[in-house]
Amino acid sequence: MAAQSHKKNNHPGKLGFSFRRRLHERVIESLLFMAALLSVAIMLAIITMLVKESYVFFQHVSLWEFLTDTQWTPLFDDAHYGIMPLVAGTVVSSMVALLVALPLGTIIAIYLSEFAPFAVREIAKPFLEMLGGVPTVVYGYFALLFVTPLLQIIFPELPGFSLLSAGLVMGIMIIPYVSSMTEDAMRAVPMHLREGSYAMGATRFQTAIRVVMPAAFSGIAAAYILGISRAVGETMVVAIAAGMQPNLTLNPMEPAATITAYIVQVSLGDLPHGSIGYQTIFAAGLTLLLITLVFNIIGHMLRKRYREIY
Amino acid sequence: MLTNAEQSAEPIKYKSEVKGLSFYYDAFNALKNINMVLHDKKITALIGPSGCGKSTFLRCFNRMHDLYPGNRYEGQIMLYPDDVNILSPDVDPIEVRMRISMVFQKPNPFPKSIYENVAYGLRVRGVKQRAILDERVETALRNAALWDEVKDRLHELAFNLSGGQQQRLCIARALATDPEILLFDEPTSALDPIATASIEELIADLKSKVTILIVTHNMQQAARVSDYTAYMYLGELIEFDVTDTIFIKPKNKQTEDYITGRFG
Amino acid sequence: MKDINNLDEIRKIIGRHKRWDLMFMIAGIIALMIAVLTFIALFAQMVIDGMPRLTWSFFTSFPSRHPEMAGILSAWVGTTLVMLVTAASAVPLGIASGVYLEEYAPKNWFTEIIEINVTNLAGVPSIIYGLLALGLFVYQLSLGQSILAAGLALALLILPVVIVATREAIRSIPVTIREGAYALGATKWQTVSDHLLPYSAAGILTGVIIGLARAIGETAPIITIGALTFIAFLPPSPVAEEFPYVSFEWLSAPFTVMPIQMFNWVSRPEEAFQLNAAAAGLVLVVMTLAMNGLAIYLRYRMRKNIKW
Repeated sequence: MAAQSHKKNNHPGKLGFSFRRRLHERVIESLLFMAALLSVAIMLAIITMLVKESYVFFQHVSLWEFLTDTQWTPLFDDAHYGIMPLVAGTVVSSMVALLVALPLGTIIAIYLSEFAPFAVREIAKPFLEMLGGVPTVVYGYFALLFVTPLLQIIFPELPGFSLLSAGLVMGIMIIPYVSSMTEDAMRAVPMHLREGSYAMGATRFQTAIRVVMPAAFSGIAAAYILGISRAVGETMVVAIAAGMQPNLTLNPMEPAATITAYIVQVSLGDLPHGSIGYQTIFAAGLTLLLITLVFNIIGHMLRKRYREIY
Repeated sequence: MLTNAEQSAEPIKYKSEVKGLSFYYDAFNALKNINMVLHDKKITALIGPSGCGKSTFLRCFNRMHDLYPGNRYEGQIMLYPDDVNILSPDVDPIEVRMRISMVFQKPNPFPKSIYENVAYGLRVRGVKQRAILDERVETALRNAALWDEVKDRLHELAFNLSGGQQQRLCIARALATDPEILLFDEPTSALDPIATASIEELIADLKSKVTILIVTHNMQQAARVSDYTAYMYLGELIEFDVTDTIFIKPKNKQTEDYITGRFG
Repeated sequence: MKDINNLDEIRKIIGRHKRWDLMFMIAGIIALMIAVLTFIALFAQMVIDGMPRLTWSFFTSFPSRHPEMAGILSAWVGTTLVMLVTAASAVPLGIASGVYLEEYAPKNWFTEIIEINVTNLAGVPSIIYGLLALGLFVYQLSLGQSILAAGLALALLILPVVIVATREAIRSIPVTIREGAYALGATKWQTVSDHLLPYSAAGILTGVIIGLARAIGETAPIITIGALTFIAFLPPSPVAEEFPYVSFEWLSAPFTVMPIQMFNWVSRPEEAFQLNAAAAGLVLVVMTLAMNGLAIYLRYRMRKNIKW
């Protein structure tokens, strides 16, 4: 066999195209292209699904009521469909989380990228990555059964479910995302920029704040945006530790449901397909998607505007 | 510790003197027992094939090697008229860098406005008064022959400048703090010939204000701008003399081979 | 003009700046410690509560109304089967899509849309994938609240992770390798399948493991598709007695998974169930940590071994 084909190869004949080979290549390329197209299809499917069910929902409930009513009680006899309480819960828990995650994540990133000795960085980075890999339901358990009792020592009036406790744990949970992306962005800043600053007699802190962070701005913005989307979309921690009662409040010491917690609550029950209760979770989901989409677009614009030029 | 330079009014001959300097990257001996001087308000050029240690040598003068672990100096670099060894562990590298500025191979403006780039060294020292900053920035830009080109767009991002302008901006940035020595690490290697000519002209003009040490692997450049030239090879200083002597009748065979292009 | 080079002034300023440096360094270490201590507290809490429950029978028992008899048998079997579906669908699709974007895609607006889209998908909250799966898989395609529906939902969720990992792994292969293959007359697909994919396998594997570790812990999308939480039976076995000896009936079976089981126990008011939750959480955390650890180790090995 081998000898034969070898002989053939010695006399390849005229140069030309192998149509079979070309066809083979085209088929494979088309298959790969279809796989790549799938991601677009998923996005379209998400939007179609949410819009379709929400459309039916808004046949029953006016957009005005949805946006202005201060109660969310779709499963009660006296049904109200005001998204505000859920948005308020989402905003408050996210704010608490971001007040923890953004400063701490940034400080850790600056420390690891500009200050820490090599050995510390090599240990801390994988550790943070593992921290980011802990399932959210476990963080929920931790918030409910460890952090809440701990906080109750300081604030005895804190109820068993609270946005504060859920938000704090969410914040810790988001730290690794923020710190690792921020650090990556900072480390991508070329050394010669740092050297330029050090050569002027700047300290590490001055170099980090005045040169490295501005240079890494777009990457840091992306990290923050990711942190925000995580906080807004986080489900299990709030569902477990913040309670599932819609409650229009801006006080983190109170229990309240977020958009995600409401979806969980409905899904745990037995709502028939096609009922208004079923449609409410799609309307809530659409609201959530729009909020995260707004942040993604802001992030995209920031990145475009402040693209790194070294 | 450094002492105040202003105290001695007497003119000095040498700005700096290198005594038995060796340098190690971990175990690698990059510089071997170097002895030479920097004449005050003169331009000294360092030439030699790539990898000969000339940039490593230059970076000893502002202690850039302190930024990375595993680097070790031996010997002394004396700074006059203070008469202190700037490599001494008692001397703060930050203080050294405030007095000895550096311009890098590739223009490295910060992602800030033109104005803020030049003002950076002043801001790092905590200068906040607008009047002082304005005045210093203008003087530095004038000294770097950049003022006329950028005076109307001081608050634009420095990246919008051309390569040659960026490098002159980096020179202005280094000049703004009145350094005593200015280090140039192949400042024109990333530039086109026209920009190179303007930078060379600028370096020659700066001689009256500041002592200059320049690394170049372009021998013509060394011959054009410098007063003294040092030839280095494999971490050793082979020959150091007045530039004309080095280029016309070098004493060392190796130097001659390199100068006449018979090297390698 | 004020003398900015007055040494005493400079020294004072440097001293002040260095104090800032030191203070920031301490802040950095404290911030890192907060993260570390939280993790230790979390782990310790679960070990203290859950360890006594971690007996052999905990792994071999079904959930029960009596907390001391309850176990995670149906949960871990369910998790395994769901992960099989997820891996089987997300891995080939993610790699194919990554290869296309990195090696084949022309530089045009459409490619850019796909790329932006992959980034956006990664930012979509997981519960939204749950809603998609509920509407599309469970009702539209009538897959019901099955292992297949759950596995596909999680596959969609981790698809961006696999795509990004594939692209990064392929991108890190130097162009000389491609040129070497083309110079020997290889076609594009031969170059990809004979060279690029094998050489980037470790990088892709790392991404796949990280993605699966995330999928194992995901709770929200599975709750959304309405997975039952009390399952006291196992899905039909994938191995059949008769020809063709494999059966796919398990794909359409109802199921529960580890995080759902844990969530169920956490939300019970009785303390005894919360101990079960701690035990289940401990198993879950050890599983995800082991997977993440494996991925980190693989990446570490890769960095050491490959020097292009």
